[in-house]
Amino acid sequence: MTAADSTVKASGVGTPVLSFDHTQMTFPDGTEAVRDVSLNISRGEFVTIVGPSGCGKSTLLKIASGLLDATGGNVTVDRDRLGYVFQDATLLPWRTVLSNVELLAELHDIPKDERRRLALEAIETVGLSGFVNHYPRSLSGGMKMRASLARTLTLKPPVFLFDEPFGAVDEITREHLNDETQRLFQSEGFAGLFITHSIAEAVFMSTKVMVMSARPGRIVAEFDVPFDYPRKPELRFDPEFAALSGEISRELRGSHQ
Amino acid sequence: MTITHDDDQQISTADDGSSADAGAPVLGGKKRRRSAADLARQFLPPLFLGALIVGAWYYVSYGLLTEERRFLLRPPHEILQVGFLDWDHFSEILQALWSSTRVALIGLAISITIGFFLATIMSQTKIVERAIFPYMVMLQAIPILAIVPLIGFWWGYGTTSRIAVCVIISLFPIIVNTLFGLQSAERGLHDLFTLHHASRLTRLRKLMFPAARPAIFAGLRISAGLSVIGAIVGDYFFGQGAVGIGQLLKRYSSRLEGEELLAAVIMSSALGVVVFLFFGWLQNVAIGKWHESSGVDS
Repeated sequence: MTAADSTVKASGVGTPVLSFDHTQMTFPDGTEAVRDVSLNISRGEFVTIVGPSGCGKSTLLKIASGLLDATGGNVTVDRDRLGYVFQDATLLPWRTVLSNVELLAELHDIPKDERRRLALEAIETVGLSGFVNHYPRSLSGGMKMRASLARTLTLKPPVFLFDEPFGAVDEITREHLNDETQRLFQSEGFAGLFITHSIAEAVFMSTKVMVMSARPGRIVAEFDVPFDYPRKPELRFDPEFAALSGEISRELRGSHQ
Repeated sequence: MTITHDDDQQISTADDGSSADAGAPVLGGKKRRRSAADLARQFLPPLFLGALIVGAWYYVSYGLLTEERRFLLRPPHEILQVGFLDWDHFSEILQALWSSTRVALIGLAISITIGFFLATIMSQTKIVERAIFPYMVMLQAIPILAIVPLIGFWWGYGTTSRIAVCVIISLFPIIVNTLFGLQSAERGLHDLFTLHHASRLTRLRKLMFPAARPAIFAGLRISAGLSVIGAIVGDYFFGQGAVGIGQLLKRYSSRLEGEELLAAVIMSSALGVVVFLFFGWLQNVAIGKWHESSGVDS
């Protein structure tokens, strides 16, 4: 499957709000992290890229956000209100949950009353209302991730980039966070680009799953996920779910030899 | 009995384990009850060792030293009588101590001002850091005794020179710790600020300085102690103006006044302890709520 295919396929829903156009990234040491990736994501689409460690998945997000400059091709996205959820919760340890969640609004010069309102609303959305005055050190890993999600939500970003955000939490917490992310995707209607190693996580949340191979990092396959939202936790035990996961897994192993 | 600041250690270690405790109140302000056994465990060992030392002291004073050589180490009760309970002597020591404390505080304030300023610009520009750092290390490596004549030469033999000594020996830890602290914010946090187009000043104010606070306090604690030592050493060499504890030590030793000498030494040490505790307390107030290591060594 070529990259050109994916451009055509992914542009079905509406005008893309995030586009990679033949994006290329070669690091100064010669490592070809990303080779010719083309991909469009519109609002209401949730695309997950799965791939082995070091295949350039995260590099793709860094390019999208402007943290890295690509060495070739184009990326189109509105970077003013870009949602970016990091691998770590990246909370400021000296701020309480409330003031952490207010941070981005603060950096975007949103007036105090308004940002307090946005923050409380976002905290409520992720279910941390009882913890507004807690410092990060007294939160569990899952709660920190929720606070981090809430922080991004305050900006109401049209595009959400997720850089393996739930890799460090335990399985049960991860499933909870997947449910929640899926719920947020439905209610906020953003365009999502999610990076992970976990096939189950990818299939459960996404409208589309892409498989990326390593060295050079390129998209080798893509799968539409047919299940309707909202997706119930039990979906994970559905035969169709298992079949699709199996196919993706085979593709992943095939690309990883 | 509720505990107070002298056992922060116990508060913070007790809290570390309960990080996910849902209903826990804001950390750091928690008070616990303590049993008499805990108190005994805490205070008996040092008291016991103290008693041993006093015993050994008496043994040296009365057992090892002959009458005419006893001035070398006067017994504890004489030091108490002559050095502390005789108001003329004790007030003299207190006055000198106050004079030296003032010098130390002024020196420390100057060090903090210069140190913060230098560390901040060093954190902003790699070139400036590279340019300044070797000289900081050199300044740090100069034995203070070696430049005492120069200091006297330049600034005379009064308060200014005493303060200069304090600044020279207390500056380095402030710069190094502040710089280290400013550079300690995680990469991910910096990325976050970059993503949201934070200006240099915003990044400094909202990320780098707050992240630097634990290191800054560690540096302050070291520098405050050094500044006290600087004030005493400076006073020892520069005798003009108000008499400080250094001059007093010199005077007592030249007159073989062993009791006053030891009393002055004890009070100098007490001053160092007070300064150390004060900055530990300050650290705990400022960052105790969020920083794990706070209060560990107070």
